[in-house]
Amino acid sequence: MRHPQAEGSDDIQALIALMARLPGLGPRSARRIVLHLIRRRGDQMAQIAALMEKVAQNSRECLCCGNITDRDLCAICTDPNRATGEICVVEDVADLWALERGGAFRGRYHVLGGTLSALDEIGPEDLGIPRLLDRIAGEAVSEVILALNATVDGQTTAHYIADALEGQSVTVTGLAQGVPIGGELDYLDDGTISAALRARRRL
Amino acid sequence: MTLSRLSLAQFRSWRRLDLSLDARPVAIFGPNGSGKTNILEAVSMLAPGRGLRGAPAPEQARQGLDAGWRIRARADGRAVETGALPGQPRIVLLDDKPVPQTALARLLRVIWLVPAMDRLWTDTPEGRRRFLDRITLSLMPDHADLSLAYDKAMRERNRLLRDQIGDPGWYRALESQMAEAGGAITRNRLKALAAIMAHQQGGDFPAARLVLMPGEGFADDSDPASIAARLASMRGRDLAAGRTLTGPHRADLGASWGPQDMPAALSSTGEQKALLLSLILANARALADQPVLLLLDEVAAHLDADRRAALYDLICALPAQSLLSGTGAELFEAMGSRARRLAVHREDGASVATEETE
Ligand SMILES: Nc1ncnc2c1ncn2[C@@H]1O[C@H](COP(=O)(O)OP(=O)(O)OP(=O)(O)O)[C@@H](O)[C@H]1O
Ligand SMILES: [Mg+2]
Ligand SMILES: [Zn+2]
Repeated sequence: MRHPQAEGSDDIQALIALMARLPGLGPRSARRIVLHLIRRRGDQMAQIAALMEKVAQNSRECLCCGNITDRDLCAICTDPNRATGEICVVEDVADLWALERGGAFRGRYHVLGGTLSALDEIGPEDLGIPRLLDRIAGEAVSEVILALNATVDGQTTAHYIADALEGQSVTVTGLAQGVPIGGELDYLDDGTISAALRARRRL
Repeated sequence: MTLSRLSLAQFRSWRRLDLSLDARPVAIFGPNGSGKTNILEAVSMLAPGRGLRGAPAPEQARQGLDAGWRIRARADGRAVETGALPGQPRIVLLDDKPVPQTALARLLRVIWLVPAMDRLWTDTPEGRRRFLDRITLSLMPDHADLSLAYDKAMRERNRLLRDQIGDPGWYRALESQMAEAGGAITRNRLKALAAIMAHQQGGDFPAARLVLMPGEGFADDSDPASIAARLASMRGRDLAAGRTLTGPHRADLGASWGPQDMPAALSSTGEQKALLLSLILANARALADQPVLLLLDEVAAHLDADRRAALYDLICALPAQSLLSGTGAELFEAMGSRARRLAVHREDGASVATEETE
């Protein structure tokens, strides 16, 4: 595709095209951001570029819970104060971060990285559910909180895990009201998440 | 009043059509192909979905123009606009702000009867089930979400069955969701049938006895625990078939009427049509406190003159607003001055309307 020459070099065009594919951005906002960065290329742009490179190099999933970290184990998994015997199961890292922002939960997490879906060919192994079950057996866990979205796939996953834990000596709970049908945890405000967590109910 | 203005632009055979409406029914008549059904279809686009023809948006744009189509209406005091540009999905604006299609469901209740439904009582259960679910949805807006949830869980289960996956926990998880949603769907359907029966008036449009039929299974069971147990017990047979054979998705609507409790399928063509109209009128009455639009295409077909006159009396007594179509003006004679009369014909390849006043 040809671009108006007024819009800068091929590299700048390529940068705009990449930015426009980011969530929440489109071609118009991407152009505005790139133009802004170029005006601030000495400080802001250079800092962002350096950090981007570093984060791309060092980021990985926590071997225990799936959180994003720059070490083998994340800060939550290595903090002894968080060994409360509670594990909160979430669909993805954005949900974990949302719960942490709410600050109401003091235990540890397990990030599934998705939900069960036969249609999308995502099965229990793809979500690390067997690993979660091992963890629950090995870590003296007393309560598993299934903080999964109120979508069909989210609730299927919750049922599946609750079902697999039946007969074991752990309490299984789910988030209470406040989580709208089809709503995603990440979009809820901190107060709502904390309230839903406090009012959790046994499954 | 429900609908006070309607204007079409480049919708099917209509270049333009501008109508101001009042509480009176509108009788639309004209020769075959003049554009009557197209008007009703346009009004049906004021509801979520694909309208009374179930057509995709590109098909609805006037051919040879490549300009898309647009419908504007003043409904229940709000400005509604819907349309589609070439190659784009349909959009909806409410008071000039884009809203999801489902917002229309909260604004208006649009109920229609089209000639394709003339064989409803003798055709496959699918048509009757869809008819029942449209009635149910008009009375209970949560029916849409429940149907989507049930459908999604069932498609997931069907995929497990097709792929011959044996994980019983996975089946239990999906079946418990099908049971929750399915139980609520069945309760909604039963409530809707009770409401319709309570609002039938009898006479020329017979009060029918309506039943939710199990559909070769248990589609009349509304207890989640028992639905879950039945699905579990069917797993073996379903695995062999590669899909979910029974459940609320197989429900059927049974209707019978009169002193002999005559099944609808055994009734005469005109009687079957009268039965359908009886349900549609009851549906409109059951929604009396809400803005209802009734679209009756070829309303006079199969009805004798007495039945027609009786029908018009009932329509005029409804709290709903209605648009009717038929090929000739004489079909609406019994309406007299109670209805507005819109004559439709074709000119230079497009539809044109003139209002007839006595
Ligand atoms: N996208 C389109 N563009 C232009 N014309 C169309 C389009 N779709 C349908 N038509 C035409 O609209 C005409 C009128 O259709 P409509 O179904 O409204 O007729 P009608 O008056 O209801 O006739 P009948 O009495 O036979 O039911 C048809 O001749 C059809 O070819
Ligand atoms: Mg027609
Ligand atoms: Zn961790």
